Order: sequence, then structure tokens, then C-alpha cells
Amino acid sequence: MRMRTMEIGVGFLMLAGAVALVVLALNISGLSLADQGGGYRIYARFENIGGLTARAKVAMSGVQIGEVTAIRLDPKFLVAEVEMKIRDDVDYLSTDSSAQILTAGLLGEQYIGITPGAEEENLKDGDRIQDTQSALVLEDLIGKFLFNKVSE
Amino acid sequence: MDPLSDIIIDIRGMSFSRGSRTIFDDISIRVPRGKVTAIMGPSGTGKTTLLKLIGGQLRPDSGQILLEQDDIPKLGRRELFLARERMGMLFQSGALFTDMSVFENVAFPLRVHTDLTNDMIRDIVLMKLQAVGLRGAAKLMPSELSGGMARRVALARAIALDPDIVMYDEPFTGQDPIAMGVLVNLIRRLNQALGHTSIIVSHDIKETLGIADYVYMVADGRVIAEGTPNELSTVDSEQVRQFMQGLPDGPVPFHYPAPDLMQDLLQETP
Amino acid sequence: MLDWIQTLGQNALSRLAAFGRAGQLLLQSLVARPAPFTMFPLLVQQLYFVGVLSLVIIVVSGGFIGMVLGLQGYTILVDYGSEQAVGQMVALSLVRELAPVVTALLFAGRAGSALTAEIGLMKATEQLASLEMIGVDPLRRVIAPRFWAGFISMPILTVIFSVVGVWGGAIVAVDWLGIYEGSFWANMQHSVDFKEDVLNGIIKSIVFGAVVTWIAVFEGYDCVPTSEGISQATTRTVVFSSLAVLGLDFILTALMFGEL
Repeated sequence: MRMRTMEIGVGFLMLAGAVALVVLALNISGLSLADQGGGYRIYARFENIGGLTARAKVAMSGVQIGEVTAIRLDPKFLVAEVEMKIRDDVDYLSTDSSAQILTAGLLGEQYIGITPGAEEENLKDGDRIQDTQSALVLEDLIGKFLFNKVSE
Repeated sequence: MDPLSDIIIDIRGMSFSRGSRTIFDDISIRVPRGKVTAIMGPSGTGKTTLLKLIGGQLRPDSGQILLEQDDIPKLGRRELFLARERMGMLFQSGALFTDMSVFENVAFPLRVHTDLTNDMIRDIVLMKLQAVGLRGAAKLMPSELSGGMARRVALARAIALDPDIVMYDEPFTGQDPIAMGVLVNLIRRLNQALGHTSIIVSHDIKETLGIADYVYMVADGRVIAEGTPNELSTVDSEQVRQFMQGLPDGPVPFHYPAPDLMQDLLQETP
Repeated sequence: MLDWIQTLGQNALSRLAAFGRAGQLLLQSLVARPAPFTMFPLLVQQLYFVGVLSLVIIVVSGGFIGMVLGLQGYTILVDYGSEQAVGQMVALSLVRELAPVVTALLFAGRAGSALTAEIGLMKATEQLASLEMIGVDPLRRVIAPRFWAGFISMPILTVIFSVVGVWGGAIVAVDWLGIYEGSFWANMQHSVDFKEDVLNGIIKSIVFGAVVTWIAVFEGYDCVPTSEGISQATTRTVVFSSLAVLGLDFILTALMFGEL
């Protein structure tokens, strides 16, 4: 009988642990089982990515449609190349879409905003966005401002 | 008949020391089969250590401890555990497992070493408890027992596997006269009924001599006297006489070694 | 002066010897003589004592720590106008650091000290010697199940601690301070990574569980079998395992998160 209470207790502990792990995975770390495999990859080159990191979100009109999966330096063009994964159901980005590195709020994190173009054809897996706009770097901006002042 | 004609445990020239302190110095003890052998001596002479050496829990520095043909210090783990199945030991404190009932305590060696069914184990345990007069206490926990009862349960556990040798570590210390009488009686009766060899380590002279067939007296790491209880009472040695008669002063001095009292008192404290 | 150096040397040597004995104990009870099947009921029993009975203290402390984090995080973040980030702050600090570390410290105090005292008492009352005389290896029967129980329950307790903590933080931030629920959870889910944060936290807790139980079991097994010796051993368990947990936490954090 004593053994039974113990076994029930231990069973309860195991169950609580399993439930907690699932909550941790799904609710807290936002691990979604669905979007793990899905999605297609597109690429974009940026002069300067600022503070962009992997796992930053990719959004269209502020709605998340994917995330940055990798950032590397392109040794040929000497610029940053960003690889991003876009959700499968968003298959209507035209080939002349433009990508822009934006900042959420004044001190917020940086993300990629995509603005669709007018072309008939849509982006497919492995395609590249040609039209890009780099991150806004505050120092550059101030530098330019001062330079303009001086040259006036 | 010579009590030492059939030997079950033969300790030959065994020495043991702890750190720099020598506990046994080239000691030899022979234990006759089927008899009650008492090992007596003042406190602190390592009598308990001797039992641990026989049980293989400690290893001597040199010498042999033969259990029939096996030299216990040389046995590997597996053989040692097999040899221990032939021994039962009654610890000074009883050493009952506090998380098990009296019944489970006695059943424990049976569950570990035999493949008996639960029914058979139950029968054996109840018989052993009956032998020590505690069948009615089977459901109690060790914390609910008195000291004497705990020791009797421990005795039932020690004989659960019908061992060839039962070792008693100070079985009479700290017992009231009734419990003491019960234990003395039990040890004698069990020895006769079950035919095992008993080794009693004790310094309770009267009780031990009353049941022992053969007595070793140990002091300063050596055997200072041996023989049947009758022989011992006639031994002409001051050390033996002091111990047997409980004289306060003698070869074992009353005073711990110290400088002269007057000198010590007159000395200025630093 | 020389005396002092000698004492230092003596202490160092005896520590080293103890460490060696502890290693031997671990090896002997786990690696050299495994007995998985006969151990199972004993393991259940120990899981109950070590795991289930620690549950209450873990849940209560987890809840309060989460609530404090929510409150403190809010007062700091509100100055920068980014109080939505309180969710990610609570979750990250819990999952990465506080849950494994605080659980391990509580575990050392609650279960570790009990383990040491129990084993020490078994030694003092000759129960261990008696097991050995019956022909049962006390390492196998007493030490191994307790070790595995600690090893298994620690990650479970840590995960529960994390979840209860986040829930406590959510109560404070969302229900009391009125942060918008959606952004609280979305920020959290976006910044907490399952592999990077959650799994690393669990790895930490497994390491802590092993170390704390190891220390507790060893101190009990190695103690001087007197009432004084047991009390000292219990103290040593709590002190050593707390120090070990904090030190190891730094090392593990440096390996996992710091790009060393």
C-alpha cells in the first residue's frame, strides 16, 4: 500500500515533468512543430546588415512571414548575404520585391521588411531579391549630415 | 574430548593495525565447530574488529584467516559474498533496517539469497521469529521495539539463512537483567538446536562464561589466556585474574599515564 | 608560518584523498556493478523521497521568483518604454539560469542534506555493515538508487520550476501590471530558442543533479559515524554542493552562451 502511494507520486512527478517540458517547448520557446520543415529559402545581399541576427523575423507590412536562417559574408561581392526562410503559404512575393532592414521602435530589434513589387512571376526556393536597402546606421547618418553642413 | 579437535575458523599469525596503532600482533585463534566460543577482553582491545576481520569487512596486514579451506582476506568479492552467506552477524546496535518492518527485516536475507516463494519465506520468517519469541511483533517497525527486542529480531535475521557461523558483537551490553537472561538463554538454545558455531565477543564475564565452551582472553593485541571456562578460572596470571574478578587496579592501571599528581598541581598554568 | 603551510598542505592532501574516494564510490556504484532490474522498486522509492517530496518547495519558489522577476523587470523596462519585453526577460533568465541554479540549491538543501543524514545514520547504526554481512553490496542497494533518483529528478524539477516561474511572471505582468498578453507571449516565444535556451538549461540541470547527489551520497557514505560526524557531513553537503553548483554554472554558461 505504501509502495502504491509512492508509485503514484512518482508517476505524477514524471507526468508533471513531461507536461512542463511540452509547455516549455511550445508555449515558452514557441517551438512550433508545423513550421519546422516547411518554407522556402530566398537570399538577399545587403551592403550593411547593422545589428541583424539569425532568427530575426521577416515581415511583410509588419506581419511575420518567415525568419532569417543564416547570415554570411559573400567573398565575391564583399557584402553580407542573408538567407531567409519564408512560410510556404506566402507564395505570392513577386521577383521584383524589395527587402529592407528595419528597426522595431527606437531601441528595438532589427528585422527584414519585404515590400512586394508588380512583376507577374513570383519568388521561388533559392531565388534572390535584387532590390535591397541596408540597415540605417546612426553613425553614417550623422557623418553624412555633418559633411553636408560643411559643404554648404 | 579435546574441544579443538574440529576447527571451523583458524586464524594464524594475523596482525592488524590502524594507522600507527597496532590492534592485533601476530594473533592466533582457533574456533571449534558447533561450539560456543567466547572472545573476551577489556574494552578497546579490538574485539569487534576481530569479527569484522572474520567477516572480511577489514583486511589484516598479514597472516591468514581460514574458514575451513578459504583464506578470507584473499577471497575475491564474489567468493567473499558467498562465504558471508554462511555467516550471520548480530551487531551491537542490532542494525535493523529502519525503513522495513520486523517481518521484512528477517525476510531480507531470504529474498536476496534464495528464490523461495513468498509463502515459503513467510513460513520461515515466522518460524525464526517464533524462535526468538517475537512472532507477535512481526508487523512492528524497528523504532517501536525496545533495545532487547531489537536485538532478538536482529538475531532472528542473523539465523534466517541457517548459517554455519553466528557472530555476536557484545550481545549483552546495555540490556536489563531480564533481557540479558533471555538473550543468554537464546544463544545457548539456538546453538544447540541449530548446530551452528557461535562466536561471542563480550566483556560481560558471568553471562559469557555461563554459555561458552571455549574462551579466548585478548589484551594488548595478543591472546593472554585460553581454555574452557573452568581452566580459565585457575589460570595464574594477574592480568587474567584482574579481568575475571573485575578488580579496579592491577596490570591494567586505574590511572591513565600522567605525570605525578603533586607536580601537576603545583605547576603554574602557562 | 611553516606550521600554517603544513596545515594547508595537509588539508589539500586530505581533500584530494576524499575526492579520490568519491570518484571510486561513483565508479563502483554505477559503472562496475549495475543491477538495473532488482533496483527498480528501490529507485521508485528514492524518486519519491528525492523528487516528489521536493516538488512543493520547487513549485512555491519557482512561482515567487517568477513573480519577482516580472515585477523587477517591469520597473526597469518601463523606463525605456519596452515593457513588452518583460516576458522574454522573465523567460530567458529563468530557463537559462535561475531554474537550474535555484533548483539545484534548493535540492541540495532539501534532498541532499536528507540523503547525507540518512546514509550517515545507516552507517552509524551499522546498517551498512550489516548489509555487507548479509552479502548485499551497500553501494548497489543503498547508494546507486539514490544517485539515479537525484540524477533523474533534477531535470524534471528544473523544467517544472521554469514553467511555474514563467506562469508567475505572466500573472504579475499581464494580470496585474496590464501588459498586453499577446505581446508578452509573442516576445517570449520569439526570443527563447528551444535548443539554445531550453535544452542548455536542461543539460545544466542534469550536470547539477549528478554533482549534488554525488556529493550528498559521498558525504553520507564517508562520514564519521557519530552524531557530530553526521551533522558535519550534512553541513558539508550543503556548502560543497552549493559552491559546486555556482562554480559549474559559470563554467557551463561560458561554454554554452559565451563565445569562448
